[in-house]
Amino acid sequence: MMQPQPATRSVTAAEPHVAVRLQEVSLRYGPKIVLERCSLECLTGQVTAVIGPSGAGKSTILRLVSGLRRPDAGHVFVDGEDITDSPERDLIEMRRQMGFAFQFAALFDSLTVAENVAFPLYEHTKLSKAEIDRKVIDTLSSLGLNDVESRLPAELSGGMQKRVGFARAIVNDPSIILFDEPTTGLDPIMTHVITNTILDIQNRLHATSIVVTHDLPFVFAVADYIALLFEGSIIESGTGRDLRQSPNPLVQQFLQGSALGPIPL
Amino acid sequence: MSALRSKAPIPLETLEVAESMTRGVLIRFFEYVGGLWFLLRDTLRYSLTLRFRPREVLQQAYFLGVESWLIVALTAAFTGMVISLETVEQAVQYGFQDFIGGSVAFGTLRELGPMLAGGIVFAGRGGAAIAAQIGSMVVTEQVEALEAMGVSPVKALVVPRVIAAVMMVPLLTVFADIIGVYGGFIMAYWRVHLPPHVFWHSVQSTVVMGDFLKGLLKAAVFGLIVALVSSYEGLRTEGGAEGVGRATTKAVVVSIILIFVFNFFLSFVLFG
Repeated sequence: MMQPQPATRSVTAAEPHVAVRLQEVSLRYGPKIVLERCSLECLTGQVTAVIGPSGAGKSTILRLVSGLRRPDAGHVFVDGEDITDSPERDLIEMRRQMGFAFQFAALFDSLTVAENVAFPLYEHTKLSKAEIDRKVIDTLSSLGLNDVESRLPAELSGGMQKRVGFARAIVNDPSIILFDEPTTGLDPIMTHVITNTILDIQNRLHATSIVVTHDLPFVFAVADYIALLFEGSIIESGTGRDLRQSPNPLVQQFLQGSALGPIPL
Repeated sequence: MSALRSKAPIPLETLEVAESMTRGVLIRFFEYVGGLWFLLRDTLRYSLTLRFRPREVLQQAYFLGVESWLIVALTAAFTGMVISLETVEQAVQYGFQDFIGGSVAFGTLRELGPMLAGGIVFAGRGGAAIAAQIGSMVVTEQVEALEAMGVSPVKALVVPRVIAAVMMVPLLTVFADIIGVYGGFIMAYWRVHLPPHVFWHSVQSTVVMGDFLKGLLKAAVFGLIVALVSSYEGLRTEGGAEGVGRATTKAVVVSIILIFVFNFFLSFVLFG
């Protein structure tokens, strides 16, 4: 078994261009160790993709960054602030600056598409109903969703639900966007649509995005930086080219999707 | 044999297991009570500072209250009728027919109305629905989505349901009181041809406004218990559809047990 290597970039939390930093974070669910001394840095305005086998703890990283889970050990920095032990009130305030697009969209099934997307605006802004309606329609149409405002989530396809989830995540113009498995379970055409959607969001908002996935073509299409999570730690990180040229056999096995190698099946 | 029974020492391992189990049960009990207490505290904080959506409260009030009218009507009517059925003939036989209306109204307003509307019916229908709705939202990440948006699930989900329950269960109880007493009257008239004026005079001379109002107070407490316990169970849901089923069952069972316990103490304090 190879010993996990630390992440290649070494930027301190105080540096302003690091939007999100996990420092030696450990977390376990009951007896299962999910993350162990995991370190990761995400640069401001860039797309960082966290890849790794299923069940490696990728989604847990997003929950740590959003303060939905607290680490057992280590520190989580967001915009230079250590949120590890922040009170819930401060975390709620911080989450208002974040967008979280869930793997299965997590749309409120009793609300219409428009009500779902408007939800954060009603909660966190003092915009008038007319302004909210306009912003909702603008956001939906920017993601290619027209004439779906009055439909319920159950009446949409999986790809449309994902895009509505994106719309809800970005309607507040967040500075950090978290995407959890955005292309999982979608056909190649919808995967292409989602890829373009994320690139378009990035171009318009210049937000710091963290994408968790194991869809490699998608990762190489959207990510500025890629980090490979294996057995609770980031074992390699860098640009797509860095990873492709990595001599680490774990990285090569994962990128090639080979059954032969040090990653156990 | 009896000497063996009295002198045989209890194995140390058995004592340790018993102690460990007792400690585990106590810890779970206090965790549960503590969890409910914190949920109640947060619910009161959001309710008293008016941080909730009135539209959501009205929707829940309609679903939990208005849509329960038929089941409340049926249970109250048949319960009032069965009380009357089992008392009228004996009452007439012993010359107590003047007390039939009063006894039916007395029992209905103080106990059966609140217990039926707030306890059995609301826990079975409303409590199960609350736990299942919130539990489904937990397993489909909708509750986590709320938290990720910086919105408290207590504020968005629990507060509207608790306010709706505290509002609607007393109203359902008024409905149950009326139907129950009328059910008793119909049965008394049908079985022993008790004149209406005798029945209603007995009602008027036996029950006072305090019986009615205290019954409504009990109903409001039962509504709070059911909504709070069911929300708590929903928020604690784990493990997909099976977990939702477990949470729903537990919500109804715990609610009904607590209603019976609180009913005793409330009756003791209010009527004792």
